[in-house]
Amino acid sequence: MSGIKNWLAGTLQDPRRAPIFAGALVALTSLFQVLAPFNSLAFLLVIVSMLVVGKAATSKWVKLGLAVLVTLVVIPVAGRQNGALTYLCVQMFINIALALGLNLVVGFAGLLDLGYIAFFAGGAYVYSMFGSRQALEFMPESLQHLFPLGGWWFWAAIPIAIFVAAFLGLTLGLPVLRLRGDYLAIVTLGFGEIIAVLAKNLDHPINLTNGAGGIVGITPPSLFGYKLDTTLSFYFIGIVLAILTALAMYRLERSRTGRAWAAMREDEVAARAMGINLTKYKLMAFMAGAAFAGAMGMLFAVKQNFVSPDSFSFLESIGILAMVILGGLGSLEGAVVGAVAVTVLKLLILKDLADFLSMTVKLPPAFNIPQYQPLIFGLILIVMMIYRQQGLLPGRRPTEDIAQLETRTPKKNTTGKSVGA
Amino acid sequence: MPLLVAEKMTKRFGGLVAVNEVDFSIEKGEIASIIGPNGAGKTTFFNLITGVYKPDGGTLTFDGRDITGRAPDQIVPIGIARTFQNIRLFQNLTVLENVLVGMHVHLRTGLFGGMLWSPRHKREELAAKQKAVELLDYVGLKHTANDLAKNLAYGAQRRLELARALGCEPKLLLLDEPKAGMNPKETAEIMELIRRLRDERAITVLLIEHDMKMVMQISDRIAVLDYGTKIAQGTPDEVRRNPAVIEAYLGRGAAS
Repeated sequence: MSGIKNWLAGTLQDPRRAPIFAGALVALTSLFQVLAPFNSLAFLLVIVSMLVVGKAATSKWVKLGLAVLVTLVVIPVAGRQNGALTYLCVQMFINIALALGLNLVVGFAGLLDLGYIAFFAGGAYVYSMFGSRQALEFMPESLQHLFPLGGWWFWAAIPIAIFVAAFLGLTLGLPVLRLRGDYLAIVTLGFGEIIAVLAKNLDHPINLTNGAGGIVGITPPSLFGYKLDTTLSFYFIGIVLAILTALAMYRLERSRTGRAWAAMREDEVAARAMGINLTKYKLMAFMAGAAFAGAMGMLFAVKQNFVSPDSFSFLESIGILAMVILGGLGSLEGAVVGAVAVTVLKLLILKDLADFLSMTVKLPPAFNIPQYQPLIFGLILIVMMIYRQQGLLPGRRPTEDIAQLETRTPKKNTTGKSVGA
Repeated sequence: MPLLVAEKMTKRFGGLVAVNEVDFSIEKGEIASIIGPNGAGKTTFFNLITGVYKPDGGTLTFDGRDITGRAPDQIVPIGIARTFQNIRLFQNLTVLENVLVGMHVHLRTGLFGGMLWSPRHKREELAAKQKAVELLDYVGLKHTANDLAKNLAYGAQRRLELARALGCEPKLLLLDEPKAGMNPKETAEIMELIRRLRDERAITVLLIEHDMKMVMQISDRIAVLDYGTKIAQGTPDEVRRNPAVIEAYLGRGAAS
């Protein structure tokens, strides 16, 4: 066993063998997936192969090429026969972006938020209310001919959903400015519940959300006259949004704002003494984190073609937090891996296990495996907290090549204020 | 013209008057010290100057500007920086990042610039990192730039705190017991460093320190606090001979 482990580690570190090994692995698993689109094991192997690619010592172009091959060719081809696979991936991309967004608030800025799903709900409802026949319930007669909004409005609604979610973030951020730790967590939990209760009860006196019944028939996005209403189109929108989110997070972590958040998380007193305005940066963290959730909420709404308060329960908030903690608090790779792991566990492994058990053991129908999902998540979190608090892929701080840094000269120094000595 | 003038500074915590109508001023280019027994109000006085506490009375003038009651994020940019008695580094950030956080108020990039990596942001980051490396080199920590702050040795952590404070580009640097817990060699190094800050970088330094030998050697001027009240101020020699100071703090042996 250790022989295999050593060989694997050696291969992944060898710059000559690593790309060949990674490429062969991806090719093999991809072939398996394409030939057997309904095989869950194949999908798991594809994901494992992507992790191996991530760890291999090769140029980023090789890694990027393999990732593009899998996401743009293999999965869509396999998904043509097995729609559930594409659907799973859309949910996975949504979860990746949500985990990254929550990681900003909890991991970067150190503000424990137990009601994060509220912002997701905000984005989902904003588009659903106007992008479905629901708008006819509350818009004045004279404007009703405009609704439900056409598909191209989806793109215009993205910034609006982001703005609304950020505003919700502000309304949460303002009252909790003075709170820390447990107290902060309790208020955010309450905030999440408030949004869910609002969604459930804003069907009177004016019917805005249609209450517990939820909103159906949400206009799918359209682009240049094409209706993007297939799972595959949501898959591509999802992948673009998830990549943009990851890119933004990567850059934020390495920027002045990201460092200010990290400083605030590490030591509020010292951060304040460095001239960091804690009020401003806390609000910014809540608002920025919320904004990403708002955008993903819209995709969720059109993917489901249905929103209801049930999709935004407290358990969903905990689910996203579980992804972040499982992957590693404050770690971008961790948030992605955590989101992938939880999604696959929830939508693939538990389902297959249930099918398998009901076929072989003939379980009584009352014993429904997917119902035990919170139990299994709880167990995972407990085990993680005891044995690996830093998560599966703990974050590492960005490092700099100091020698190279010193020799580099700014291309053109046109900044108004000089930062040089 | 004095760089910092504090007039009748007062701070109360409930019934306790931690700082009681203290008058204090420091000239440009001076190294001054505040001494006094434990609980005399030295650190509270620091917290009043840096804006951590709002004063209950008195005025504070820095570089000709009234800064009474201003918050740290308004005070740091005009040139007051500090270190802490019990080291307060950003433990899980790298040494370089600690200094970059120190430069926070002199950088411009906001949320969107940082997210989009605008060309301006990239130029600013490069220049900031180069400056941070230079500051680390100045305090002798360049080789540790990529280490996490918590992994540094104790003396190195003190020097990193200093480098981080220098990132604020201070005119006035407040050092709260800079030699606490250091061995004689490290103490000599830190004293040398403080002198160089004044001589090479024209930074005015205000110290809180318990080590009398160090205070007497390094200070141009000393103020003595006892129970929140200033009981003496003057050159090291004057303070050494002041009967009230001897009574309160130094002990009878110090005069001889």
